[in-house]
Amino acid sequence: MTTLTQRVPSRFLPVLATVVLFVLAFGFGSVRYDGFASGQVIANLFIDNAFLIVLAAGMTFVILSGGIDLSVGSVVALSTMVTASGLQAGWPVPLVILAVLLTGSTLGLLMGLVIHKFDIQPFIVTLAGMFLARGLCFLISVESVSIKDRTFRDVATTAIELPGGVTITYNVVIALLVVAAAMYVLHRTRFGRTVYAVGGNESSALLMGLPTTRVKVGVYVISGLCSSLAGLLFSLYMLSGYGLHAVGMELDAIAAVVIGGTLLAGGVGYVLGGLAGVLVLGTIQTLISFQGTLSSWWTKIVIGVLLLVFIAVQRTMVRR
Amino acid sequence: MKNRLLWPLLALVALLLLNLAVTPSFFALRMQDGHLYGGLVDVLKNGAPTLLIALGMTLVIATRGIDLSVGAVAAIAGAVTCVHIGTSGSAATAFAGMALALVLCAVLGLWNGFLVAGLGIQPIIATLVLMTAGRGVAMLVTEGQIVTVNNTAYRQVGAGFVVLPVSILIALLVLGLVAFATRRTALGMLIEAVGVNPEASRLAGVRSRTIIWTVYVFAAVCAGIAGLMISSNVSAADANNAGLWIEMDAILAVVIGGTSLAGGRYSLTGTLIGALIIQTLTTTVYTIGVAPEVTLVFKAIVVIAVCLVQAPKARAALSFRKVAVPS
Repeated sequence: MTTLTQRVPSRFLPVLATVVLFVLAFGFGSVRYDGFASGQVIANLFIDNAFLIVLAAGMTFVILSGGIDLSVGSVVALSTMVTASGLQAGWPVPLVILAVLLTGSTLGLLMGLVIHKFDIQPFIVTLAGMFLARGLCFLISVESVSIKDRTFRDVATTAIELPGGVTITYNVVIALLVVAAAMYVLHRTRFGRTVYAVGGNESSALLMGLPTTRVKVGVYVISGLCSSLAGLLFSLYMLSGYGLHAVGMELDAIAAVVIGGTLLAGGVGYVLGGLAGVLVLGTIQTLISFQGTLSSWWTKIVIGVLLLVFIAVQRTMVRR
Repeated sequence: MKNRLLWPLLALVALLLLNLAVTPSFFALRMQDGHLYGGLVDVLKNGAPTLLIALGMTLVIATRGIDLSVGAVAAIAGAVTCVHIGTSGSAATAFAGMALALVLCAVLGLWNGFLVAGLGIQPIIATLVLMTAGRGVAMLVTEGQIVTVNNTAYRQVGAGFVVLPVSILIALLVLGLVAFATRRTALGMLIEAVGVNPEASRLAGVRSRTIIWTVYVFAAVCAGIAGLMISSNVSAADANNAGLWIEMDAILAVVIGGTSLAGGRYSLTGTLIGALIIQTLTTTVYTIGVAPEVTLVFKAIVVIAVCLVQAPKARAALSFRKVAVPS
């Protein structure tokens, strides 16, 4: 153990633990079930969870700054609704994409401003944002709206061939680009440094002369932008817009980020941890579907247990 | 104290007046077969589960905690009772089932308390575990089915009448008990002390951990009773949808009532008003004939408005009056 801690800085250990867990879970599946250890199963993990990867990346920013964003699931639903109804009304695709991204970032900006300017807890403000976004979906339409636009359908169904006969969709490419961009912003820009500083200790960050206001509002804009982008990916995945899409997805995103080793107190964590967290959640679902006889509600119980284990481990690490 | 409740109270009165304007008979009460009916009774009856959960949540929030698992706990309570009753129609089975469910809820509360007070995990995450896993457990109990029962004794809890609906009486009884236990004894002060600073109050001789355990157990039992009401009202247990998002409503009720999420002080009257606002809002949307799905938009607007007028910074900015920001 000492050699391991010497080689790997202890701050990487939680992320590493998640990656190890993913490998173990996947290895377990490969041994137990035929056809589990194929490239396509891994590719499917990414295809089925592309939107969650994007959400987790945005959520990482908010949680790192010491806040929380409960509105992301509803913003995903609102984005699918705007996409579907915009396309139905005959808007050109670029305009639809622009409208969706603008809606998400504006909602994020508003929430960030209220949180910062009026000093109201993020929990309550984003809860209100969650209600608002879901309500707005139903204002647009109570019914599910399907997407029939040719361009959109083409993008959604195009398979990109990778070496080894594995195929992925454009969704995966976009999700991975978002993760790369998020990593760049967090580790290579002043904004990212300040996010860590604010999450570590806000008053210290302020006294150091860091632009805390910009960061505290900015993380919610980023989260809103990521949520609307995730909404676009989700509408590509589902090819419909519906107010009841993505119910409870905010909890999946938070769970993925926490399992990925990000502390909810803020200041500690990595975007890659969130990605690993999403993959772990995805693997559990795949395992349960391969198993066949276990009912889907076991997924929830296993995720709960995993959350518990990771929190307990983090707890002991922080105490040390 | 009075000032803090002024705005929520005004909001409630405004909502009720809006109802009166739309349906003139809203305030009319009538007796029929010894049962009291009317718009206000409906609001109270439908708001009873939220009020109960909000009461438990108030004490949890007063200790600077939060309990996200109450909705899942409510679903478990309903599921356990309905599965225990099964096809039986006897009152004894119903009471045994309810007792079993409430004991189980107390155990779940102990679990939350253990995570928060014992392991020192942040409340929001500690209860997130049970929020996620709890629904799974409830589905495990009902095996994924909606379990329906036909038991008159059980039905009384959520749909029965003793002049007023039984659920209102239960909720008011619990409110009275909590008010007595926390405001007539030192318990309330101790809870607030823990909320202000757990470590300092421990050094001052307050058993912080015991207090924290107690409030989580109380919140879980309240959630259990609310779960029984919800499931008994429809004589069925729906593990997926019973009590869905009720934790959010309860937290909103508490916050609207002027209890700060930062802990350290709480107002039971405020919570009562908050719960009534949430329920009246839902009823109002139904009576004015807007699509029920749009309730969420109104809820968001009311929440933000009430929170804004209560936020010290917003008050200072809008200069409602010259208040010093409370430290």
